[in-house]
Amino acid sequence: MYRRAFTGAAAAVALSVGLAGPLAADDDRFITVQSTTSTQNSGLFDHILPIFQDATGIEVRVVAVGTGQAIRNAGNGDGDVLFVHSTPAEEAFVAEGNGVSRADVMYNDFVIVGPPSDPADVAGMEDVTAALTKIAAAEAPFASRGDDSGTHKAEMRLWAAAGVDAAAASGEWYRETGSGMGATLNTGTGMGAYVMTDRATWIAFGNKGDYGIVVEGDPRLFNQYGIILVSPDAHPHIKADLGQQFVDWILSADGQAAIAAYEVDGQQLFFPNAGG
Amino acid sequence: MESFWGILSEAFTLVLSWDPDLVEIVGLSLRVTLTAVGIACLIGLPLGAVVGAFRFPGRGAVALMLNALMGLPPVVVGLMVYLMLSASGPLGVLGLLYTPTAMIIAQTILVTPIIAALTKQVVEDLYAEYADQFASLGVGLADRVGALLWDARYSLLTVALAGFGRAVAEVGAVMIVGGNINHVTRVMTTTIALETSKGNLQLALALGVVLLTLAVLVNGAVMALRASAVRSAYA
Repeated sequence: MYRRAFTGAAAAVALSVGLAGPLAADDDRFITVQSTTSTQNSGLFDHILPIFQDATGIEVRVVAVGTGQAIRNAGNGDGDVLFVHSTPAEEAFVAEGNGVSRADVMYNDFVIVGPPSDPADVAGMEDVTAALTKIAAAEAPFASRGDDSGTHKAEMRLWAAAGVDAAAASGEWYRETGSGMGATLNTGTGMGAYVMTDRATWIAFGNKGDYGIVVEGDPRLFNQYGIILVSPDAHPHIKADLGQQFVDWILSADGQAAIAAYEVDGQQLFFPNAGG
Repeated sequence: MESFWGILSEAFTLVLSWDPDLVEIVGLSLRVTLTAVGIACLIGLPLGAVVGAFRFPGRGAVALMLNALMGLPPVVVGLMVYLMLSASGPLGVLGLLYTPTAMIIAQTILVTPIIAALTKQVVEDLYAEYADQFASLGVGLADRVGALLWDARYSLLTVALAGFGRAVAEVGAVMIVGGNINHVTRVMTTTIALETSKGNLQLALALGVVLLTLAVLVNGAVMALRASAVRSAYA
């Protein structure tokens, strides 16, 4: 009796594995893109990828993580294309032989958002380092990504430029969430902290509460995105041909137009600048 | 802040709309988790029965390991499986990373110790009653395991449900090895995490209500099965 039951259980498992199997194999006309949470959470990929797929028949599978993790994943060969926003780290990736070459794709900018009470009195400031200095002097809560992402790296460069050792105040007014942009915004708005975010994520973010942008417009808040084909020399199994088609399309007039056409609440989120 | 009723009504609307994306996500969640629990049962039930019913050198250490592994953090399992399946890992050639199969592997690793450790407990208690009878009848090893598992089958359904609960609720492992890729590896829990990070808290909670309902349905189905099986067994 029990033997039959076990055979039955084994058959059921074999059947369900069989059901899961075809999903895994599917077909080979897809590429994996290691990218960042800002491009995914803002809805950009949902807008442009169907256009690319219609044009080429290539499915794009996006793994959206922080820039640091995306670069490490791609460095392990777990992606065909890297699409992130930290130019120095991207150039290092290519220099190490992991990528073929790097090209500018688009930009947006970072902003600092804060509560209406504005405890450090920085609302309306344009000079970002002066604003950060005031936040540090007031010891007003500041929520940082703290996760080695592109946004975190940019924030660290700005603290350094302001001459503030924010990490020394970690756990006090400087709070490292160690998580993605959206999670950090959820945390930051919950604790009344200032948060530096890319504008695209902020505009598309659904839990703004009474927060608003307090600092924007400094040229140092410029946020450049780049695209890199993972090197088939370093990682022979990657789909260099399909990946190159994606890179070429993103940098083409069609791809750039698709990026420019993406809007949330009537605001353009990313500004194409390939070949610039 | 969103109201409780707002969230409930959004969850209700979500289910009623039978949104194809949601159906796909729920379907993948069930497929991945049920497959993982099925495989974990095939490994964990006999393993737990053997550890529960036999005395062998190192038995205490195995039991301790099984109990300790019940507390494996999903994110650690996810990392281990990622390192194995990564293109630069030992099993990279299989090309399984970022597929449902990778998610099944991770959840199987997560659930097997739970099934095995709980089975061991159930079988151990039962074995105390059966030991003399087995000895007097000269029952062999495989038949002992089989008889114990069969006679404990109703308790073991609850064991399987404990494994299901763990697997269907975890997000850390499937997020890393699946990559939360839309239409490929996106399941209920990774969708909830994604919507939370987009700040769509009401939608995220509504999805949580859907997931909870799903768990209630699966548990209800298993309990109904058990009840009818018990009735027919004693009829």
